[in-house]
Amino acid sequence: MYQYDQYDQAMVDARVAEFRDQVERRLAGDITEDQFKPLRLKNGLYLQLHAYMLRVAIPYGTLSSRQMRMLGDIADKYDRGYGHFTTRQNIQYNWIKLQDAPDILADLASVEMHAIQTSGNCIRNTTSDQFAGAAADELVDPRPYAELLRQWSTFHPEFDYLPRKFKIAIIGSETDRAAMKLHDIGIQLVQNDAGEIGCKFYVGGGMGRTPMIAPVIGDFVPPLQMISYLEACLRVYNRYGRRDNKYKARIKILVHEIGADEYRRQVEEEFAHILTLGLEPPAAELERIKGFFEQPGFDANASDELDLSDPDFALWVDQNVHAHKQPGYAIVNISLKPVGGIPGDATADQIRLMADLALEHSFDELRVTHAQNIVLPHVKKADLYGLWQKLDEAGLASANLDLIGDIIACPGLDYCSLANARSIPVAQKISERFADLGRQRELGELKLKISGCINACGHHHAGHIGILGVDRKGVENYQLLLGGCEGADTSLGTITGPGFNEDGIVDAVEKATDVYLAQRADGERFVDTFRRIGMAPFKEAIYAKEAVNG
Amino acid sequence: MVEQSLRFRDDEPVGDPAVTVDAFADQSNATAVRIEPGDDARDLLPHLDRLALVEVNFPAYTDGRGYSAARILREHGYAGELRAVGDVLLDQLSHMRRCGFDSFAPNQAISVEAAEKAFATWPEVYQKTVDGRPAIWAKRHPA
Repeated sequence: MYQYDQYDQAMVDARVAEFRDQVERRLAGDITEDQFKPLRLKNGLYLQLHAYMLRVAIPYGTLSSRQMRMLGDIADKYDRGYGHFTTRQNIQYNWIKLQDAPDILADLASVEMHAIQTSGNCIRNTTSDQFAGAAADELVDPRPYAELLRQWSTFHPEFDYLPRKFKIAIIGSETDRAAMKLHDIGIQLVQNDAGEIGCKFYVGGGMGRTPMIAPVIGDFVPPLQMISYLEACLRVYNRYGRRDNKYKARIKILVHEIGADEYRRQVEEEFAHILTLGLEPPAAELERIKGFFEQPGFDANASDELDLSDPDFALWVDQNVHAHKQPGYAIVNISLKPVGGIPGDATADQIRLMADLALEHSFDELRVTHAQNIVLPHVKKADLYGLWQKLDEAGLASANLDLIGDIIACPGLDYCSLANARSIPVAQKISERFADLGRQRELGELKLKISGCINACGHHHAGHIGILGVDRKGVENYQLLLGGCEGADTSLGTITGPGFNEDGIVDAVEKATDVYLAQRADGERFVDTFRRIGMAPFKEAIYAKEAVNG
Repeated sequence: MVEQSLRFRDDEPVGDPAVTVDAFADQSNATAVRIEPGDDARDLLPHLDRLALVEVNFPAYTDGRGYSAARILREHGYAGELRAVGDVLLDQLSHMRRCGFDSFAPNQAISVEAAEKAFATWPEVYQKTVDGRPAIWAKRHPA
């Protein structure tokens, strides 16, 4: 894992001091809430419905056990004993007092963490593949590039007041586990015929109220020009992105309105100029960073044998354990989606337990996934059974990864001041309706995603089944979308028709799954069947009038 | 209203009033120009030699186009006064300085001491820009 040197540490320490000063000015009444708002937002501090919410950055979703333990301690010390892992691979605390915020940032800085640029119209925390450095299908480990990106984007003076927020994801595998094409910029590390590594730039994707899949803008940018190319992409956006309407201000609208070809032309022109300025960190810097991501000291003799005689353990292994590139090792997914639970929430005790398990079994590393789960990336197969038992005791062994119970949901109207409807109760009811694991496994991979408003933090556009909460004349109403997908075959969901109330949406989801079960061909996932048979059969079943006498 | 000016240059201030970019194109003797957020700073590049003052207007601090305008001018060798005008607040000063501004005319007065403190917010910087400060990567790998 990356470790701060004196320069990195000086930057986060300076931030803590700056924010402490700003909070003192606010508490003393020297600045108004209006003046303070943009300052606190730069530090991830939102004023929500009931309290302040603090969003802490987890750069490319990677954590050490020491950092994870601190997240648990903060939940106990300053919040109500739990935290919420988000679709941006971050963590949010929902019950923060303003006067505590500088102390929390100081605690974070003591373990090389921060809340820098977790909100505001700036470059947000870079996200990545949660299996980076471990996946069997990986071409290049994206983490060193993500760290280079983190440093470049931190306090970038030109791009702190962009038209709108800006999210970058980077991956190094053919399999896209980071929804890369649904970001403002998605970078895929690829290899050309000559065996060289390059960056394939997808620009102008996003969700929100106008979802778009990013087109390719740069086919093959040399890694040692990645920062210069980013400067060019961002400068064109900063100068020409729309500022007249916040709902049309994301880069996807610019790329869409002027067209990918014209945007590419402008970027290429700017890129040619920027290359003359020498802004790119040298190869030695990328090498220095790579040094922190060398593969851990795997036991070359680790056994690939696994005793699956305990049926519950076997189920969990089948569902939640992923192939590792190193023989004898596995990638463990810890589902934060127990039946009836709040997706992504973990208690302070659970957070600390996961930290302990990472230290003991996973070379001191954890990852947060955009599906709001936790990953232990490097676990010896021989340790899996003992690890599973400890997880099970703590309520962390739900064997539902990528099944209908593994729901993504935003905090919704229970917490969020932007929301139109609650997300959490809907997630809980669906989770309870499909509580039977056998039934979930029968349905197979089925990604269900819920957003409580059009901003789409719950990624409803990319759900095989998506749910969007809206406000209809003061009543919460839920629209159903089918056919969304992230990854290599990214697609956007289509709305089925009129919305439903809270119980109605649960019934509608169940009817959609019934259609799938009745119609699926061998090996088809829900989304594959939908793509083959189209919306009509689903619509018919979902909106069929109940027969009058049974 | 008396416009306050914070200036971090040693040369004499320009007396001429700044004209709009459109007017500047028609006036061969103008030495001062004001860029609005929608103007293209690159239109000025052929005339950098005769310019002594460029004002960049920030009607709202949230409109960040002026940061790119400033950097573009400096990247192309503009060495005259570069003044941020308008909704210029204390907490934006350090980034503005990094983008090449060396003079400020904020709507609400800022003391020289407060400005100097703001410039010193970041002990180090991650990016190479136009202010001559070495990026952290350059310090890590001295040539």
